[in-house]
Amino acid sequence: MSYPPSDKAAVLTRIREALRLPARVPHQDSHAPSFPALPGKEEIGRWLPAVGAGYEERVALFARQAAALKADFVRLPALDAVPSHLAALAQAEGWPADGIASHPGEHSASLVEKAGFRPFLALPGYDRAKLESCAASVTACEALIAQTGSVLVTTRESGGRALTILPPHHIVVATRDQLVPDLPAAFARLRQAYGGTFPSMISFITGPSRTGDIERILVLGAHGPKKLTILFVG
Amino acid sequence: MTGIVKLFRRDVRGTTADTPRRTFIRRALSGYFAKRYPLQDAYADWQAARTTAAAIKFDAVNRLDTHLETFARQAEARGTKVFFASTGAQARDYVLALCREQGVRSIVKAKTMTGEEIHLNEALEKEGYGVVESDLGEYIVQLRKEHPYHFVFPCMHLKRGEIRATFEKALGDVGSDEPENLTMVARRVLRQEFLKADLGISGANFLVAETGQISITENEGNARLTCALPRIHVALVGIEKVVPRFEDLALFLPMLGTAGAGQALTGYNTLYAGPRQPGETDGPEEFHVILLDNHRTRLLADPEQRDALHCIRCGACLNVCPIFKNIGGHAYGTTYQGPIGSVITPHLRGLQDWKHLSGASSLCGACTETCPVKIDLHHHLLQNRRNAVREKGVWWERLLFQGFGLYASHAALWRFGSRLAVPGLKLHSRFSGAWFDPVRLWTKTRTLPRPPERTFRQLWAERQKQKSPRA
Ligand code: SF4
Repeated sequence: MSYPPSDKAAVLTRIREALRLPARVPHQDSHAPSFPALPGKEEIGRWLPAVGAGYEERVALFARQAAALKADFVRLPALDAVPSHLAALAQAEGWPADGIASHPGEHSASLVEKAGFRPFLALPGYDRAKLESCAASVTACEALIAQTGSVLVTTRESGGRALTILPPHHIVVATRDQLVPDLPAAFARLRQAYGGTFPSMISFITGPSRTGDIERILVLGAHGPKKLTILFVG
Repeated sequence: MTGIVKLFRRDVRGTTADTPRRTFIRRALSGYFAKRYPLQDAYADWQAARTTAAAIKFDAVNRLDTHLETFARQAEARGTKVFFASTGAQARDYVLALCREQGVRSIVKAKTMTGEEIHLNEALEKEGYGVVESDLGEYIVQLRKEHPYHFVFPCMHLKRGEIRATFEKALGDVGSDEPENLTMVARRVLRQEFLKADLGISGANFLVAETGQISITENEGNARLTCALPRIHVALVGIEKVVPRFEDLALFLPMLGTAGAGQALTGYNTLYAGPRQPGETDGPEEFHVILLDNHRTRLLADPEQRDALHCIRCGACLNVCPIFKNIGGHAYGTTYQGPIGSVITPHLRGLQDWKHLSGASSLCGACTETCPVKIDLHHHLLQNRRNAVREKGVWWERLLFQGFGLYASHAALWRFGSRLAVPGLKLHSRFSGAWFDPVRLWTKTRTLPRPPERTFRQLWAERQKQKSPRA
């Protein structure tokens, strides 16, 4: 048996039939004289929680949000300070020498190497079982979002789809120019970077993996990383 | 009375009598309220955000044909296979055909209420395919062979001891009943399922028309794994999930997190455009999106209730609903519980069979007030009641109201009747709720107010007399 044919024409016809009568505008008693206009893109961000104007304010807001999310936020003066911090983390958590996954790049694998490790690289065709057994992953990111304390990763910038979700500890390296104030700014940045051809995965990561499914009690590390560390250079 | 109503009444009698469980549900939800309201207050203007979100969804739903065509075109340009399904059966057949064609052996599923709606798991299992739910709550209810209790918090009705017992039955000794331990047990088991699955099935929270992306909101990371590891990814999505533009998500994602679970942003909000692209490290070789109608167009055809398709399934209306909190999620007998379920189920599955849900409401309007996209939920419940009567009235109700019309429009009849009513009500109060009370169905759970001493007309006449003292 092969695939059944798509019922596209029938679905679209039913939709057009259904839309022949104009909608009643909700919460008003009459049919709409015309559609309420689609709000402009500049409307979208206006009502969201406010974010401070200055750089320092944004860093402070991101730090507060990260703490509330139980993510570790570490501010470092320069990229040179990252390797020693990674080495300290490795020692504190007892990562095996071959247990750090990363992807090629100045803000990822190079830093792991400088910390004295040989990272397991997520390259096309990588060994999935090996990645699964890694204790940590170190990746770059697309942006940090002060408003929500989120890390924005993409398949392009952060080593594919699995690297940022499979290992139990995810370490993200970000720099000063990557900190954006709010979500609309993050979307604008993606738009600017990629035009219309986006990477096949774009993910806003807000805190470590979590669940409240059992008695609505928070547990970290439901499926993804139990720990999320953000090393912020700036 | 249909079997569905009988079942509903029976279940409701049971759940409303279970006070400990009701208290437990309330306590479980208290954390949600404590987190949600401060977050909502932090918005520059939450009400304006709702209005904007509603206007965007209005455009999405009222130009659905154009948006879906754009979505399909854009998605296909990225190598996504888009399949339109008129019915649940078509969607199921497509997934089954895919499993056969691709020689699928093992399936892992991230939460999809649309899958629940079309009974996808049952169909796959019948054909011999094993399906494992990977969302923790869904996994638990799957092991218990139950349906989700709440479409956002599937197992919120279960206590830790019950969950441990469920795990022990399925997995053997699991240790303590601490949520932390139970979650880690599930993580270990499900991680193996992820690694061996060759098909991942998910839902989606949004379809971005302009770019052909789907967007998935979750906390656990199980959907991320579902879309990263298996060779094939299928997303099953209702046609109404469209937003017109990429940037619209900058508003919908935080509103969904805030209203849905009291989070500024949910743990993972992920957009997918196509399967693994040239130059990318990993990801599925094939990506299929099934766009499901399954009677959504019936709702679309109702200009009065079309806005019910704006729903982003945040679940907030359930959390605030006094009926949900008292009768619980299973009593509804629907895929979508709570106020939104009571509004849309009659459209999706038949008005006459499901009209009783519109009656199970206090019409307090808490749902309408809390809804992030401003769906006029409680008025829709009223409209469903009206439509049900219009379509198929009950003869004795009609007779009753005709009688009342006659009575209320003739002064002499009214005077006579209301005089009789005073002693009549007094008499009734003596046997109110007894087995031979003709309105027992109503009075057995309610106390009528004390009957008045005099009618309004008598009171009025007395008052006039006092006002104009005898000359
Ligand atoms: S009807 Fe509104 S409140 Fe209820 S689930 Fe849908 S979006 Fe949320």
